[in-house]
Amino acid sequence: METPLNVRKLDRKDILGIKELSVEEINLILETADSFVEVSTREIKKVPTLRGKTIINLFYEASTRTRTSFEIAGKRLSADTVNISASTSSVVKGETLIDTARNLESMNPDIIVIRHSAAGAPQMLARILRQSIINAGDGAHEHPTQALLDMMTIKSRKGGIAGLKVAIIGDIAHSRVARSNIHGLTKMGARVFIAGPPTMIPYDIEKMGVTVHTRIEEAIRDADVVMALRIQTEREKQCIFPSLREYAQHFSLNKRNISLARKDVMIMHPGPVNRGVEISPDLADCANSVILDQVTNGVAVRMALLYLLAGGSNT
Amino acid sequence: MENSKTVMDAEGIDRSLTRIAYEILEKNKGGEELALIGIRSRGVFLARRLKDKLAAIEKREIPLGILDITLYRDDLQSSHPKPVLGKTEIPFSIDGQKVVLVDDVLFTGRTIRAAMDALIDFGRPKMIQLAVLIDRGHRELPIRADFVGKSLPSSLWEAINVHLVEKDGSDNVTVEIK
Repeated sequence: METPLNVRKLDRKDILGIKELSVEEINLILETADSFVEVSTREIKKVPTLRGKTIINLFYEASTRTRTSFEIAGKRLSADTVNISASTSSVVKGETLIDTARNLESMNPDIIVIRHSAAGAPQMLARILRQSIINAGDGAHEHPTQALLDMMTIKSRKGGIAGLKVAIIGDIAHSRVARSNIHGLTKMGARVFIAGPPTMIPYDIEKMGVTVHTRIEEAIRDADVVMALRIQTEREKQCIFPSLREYAQHFSLNKRNISLARKDVMIMHPGPVNRGVEISPDLADCANSVILDQVTNGVAVRMALLYLLAGGSNT
Repeated sequence: MENSKTVMDAEGIDRSLTRIAYEILEKNKGGEELALIGIRSRGVFLARRLKDKLAAIEKREIPLGILDITLYRDDLQSSHPKPVLGKTEIPFSIDGQKVVLVDDVLFTGRTIRAAMDALIDFGRPKMIQLAVLIDRGHRELPIRADFVGKSLPSSLWEAINVHLVEKDGSDNVTVEIK
């Protein structure tokens, strides 16, 4: 059955974070993405919708999944996609982000997708450039397209988001995925519980509407969805946690602790997975794991955003 | 409404669809290799009705698909209102099939061009035919319908409104002065 939507088109130039999106806008994006799933299952996985449009993927941080996903999304809509990574651009010659962006603007692209290690970089570009900007992850701030694909995955498996108990486990403090998901899931009516080592739980996180636990078992109990976050192994050197082994002992998802969740629990991970650290290998590959569905839905969500920002709408 | 004139009632629509069903079977010498594809949104309801009629006459289920042509439109930037995206559902192979596209109104021909582009991305049909309830003229592309419920030469200042029970609560076709 078709769901009536209160908004039919996205009246905004940029997608910078989930925080500023309304529930109606999130619903519009998710419904639109749903229509795009079918395109990726065809023999000819291409529609002419964005023919003549140019999309620049400007990646200042390493990324396989997100950059490829945006590139495939653009190509499936027939847009011309150009990938720029900082290591192979004039950034290594000392050019500032603003100068790089202004030069790119002069080549008249239609949409710029940016990932940057500095929180706020996409916001700055959105202010100075006339092109639509999509945030593909900025520092520890937001990763809106990841949260949207996570919400799409939850919605398609569970039929909805409102009322679900979602547990997010791991390094909440440094995770833009966690931040965007907390904004999105609480807006959509889910109850969000977080757990992680105290050094990885941000001060005052309760103000975002989540319940905080320091033991994974408490967060997971009766959960409909459990999302394990990637442990940024480089942070081990910053003494945020003693060792990967100790982290895994206390916060790794495994058969024993997942049995506390609901039988039909969905196991999620934004990737890349450190097997045996955030999640045991058997759980990562079990029937309840939707890790690869998340990747598939990522293309559909990004196609929807490119389409909606280029002027399309939904019903 | 004084600006609006009813040119087809429920009975007229049903009669036209019955005639189209017989014409489809006559032209295609039966229902073998036949598939119906309704173009969203009212074309889908008309295609469903045609499917029932064909099944009653031919005693054979004709496969039915739904085509959304939004992603194939050539006016994403210029159209008002903005094109509206729906789902395409063609749960069978159209390779080697005689596909009958079904829509409510044939006007400029751009929707049908987009529909043919979309279909060809799904496979290689043996033949594509077009069935419409109303042909109102004003073609901008060299496209002609194979099966027409009613030809309704109209001015560009008139709007042709097809109302169907499934979407609008009643069956009728009206001409309205814009």
